[in-house]
Amino acid sequence: MIEVKTQMPYVLQGGNYMKNEMCMEFDAISTNESLARVAVASFIAPLNPTLEEISDVKTAVSEAVTNAIIHGYENTYGYGCHGISKPAYVEVNEGKVTLRCKIERGILCVEVEDKGAGIENVGKAMEPLFTTKPQLERSGMGFAFMEAFMDDLEVESVVGVGTKVMMKKKLRCGTWLEHEGEE
Amino acid sequence: MEDFKVIDNYLMVKMPEEIDHHKAAYISEYADKYILKDTVENVVFDFEDTRFMDSSGIGIIVGRYRKISCFGGKVFAIHADRQIKRILHISGLHKILEIME
Repeated sequence: MIEVKTQMPYVLQGGNYMKNEMCMEFDAISTNESLARVAVASFIAPLNPTLEEISDVKTAVSEAVTNAIIHGYENTYGYGCHGISKPAYVEVNEGKVTLRCKIERGILCVEVEDKGAGIENVGKAMEPLFTTKPQLERSGMGFAFMEAFMDDLEVESVVGVGTKVMMKKKLRCGTWLEHEGEE
Repeated sequence: MEDFKVIDNYLMVKMPEEIDHHKAAYISEYADKYILKDTVENVVFDFEDTRFMDSSGIGIIVGRYRKISCFGGKVFAIHADRQIKRILHISGLHKILEIME
């Protein structure tokens, strides 16, 4: 079930500042990781971001959604091709991941929310190389990448209730700085 | 599998277009199968087709490095583009991995 709400962009203070919001909800299976990051990449496309900004946002969204699926709902294997030892179809835990995006004044806000297991110690989870699932070859770099590729990262989590990851990134910094110079 | 090739004692792994958690298990398992079966000492990851990678890719490389480094093996990355090089540097992987053009 995908619910997409968009608003018409409006012109503010003579600049091309666009306002746009979207919300989508999908099952917590690994197949949807690519769906989420491609959706966000298309969502920011009207702002004409650089290739590097698109890659950064895609990586950060992919990390957040993967975390929700693997750690929130423990869906380590979804549907799909998973090599030799794991069958193509395995039991999947029910759960939804909610992805909310907002663009306002050139700033992208992304929220990834799950109603899963929650994080006991957020500070520890955010340490680079810390992982609770080393047997799955998780590198423990998820939050470190989100921090490196986005400008702002906030994590709210309650054990047994869920986790919410909020990220912000200023897009098109290049042109923004150019405008500063012109004034 | 055409994505995996053994040349001398090097295992060449052709990475897919997008490397995420969904694809990672499959690459790791097949690579391990080759590492165990043949006399593979070194692993070469070919990023020629890769346009996207997240921390699952780091997991694949570190996992394979652990398996072969105790026998003196090395891991290499070839054809990595700018974004992939950035990810390898941020994660500190350039210290254990030889990045070649």
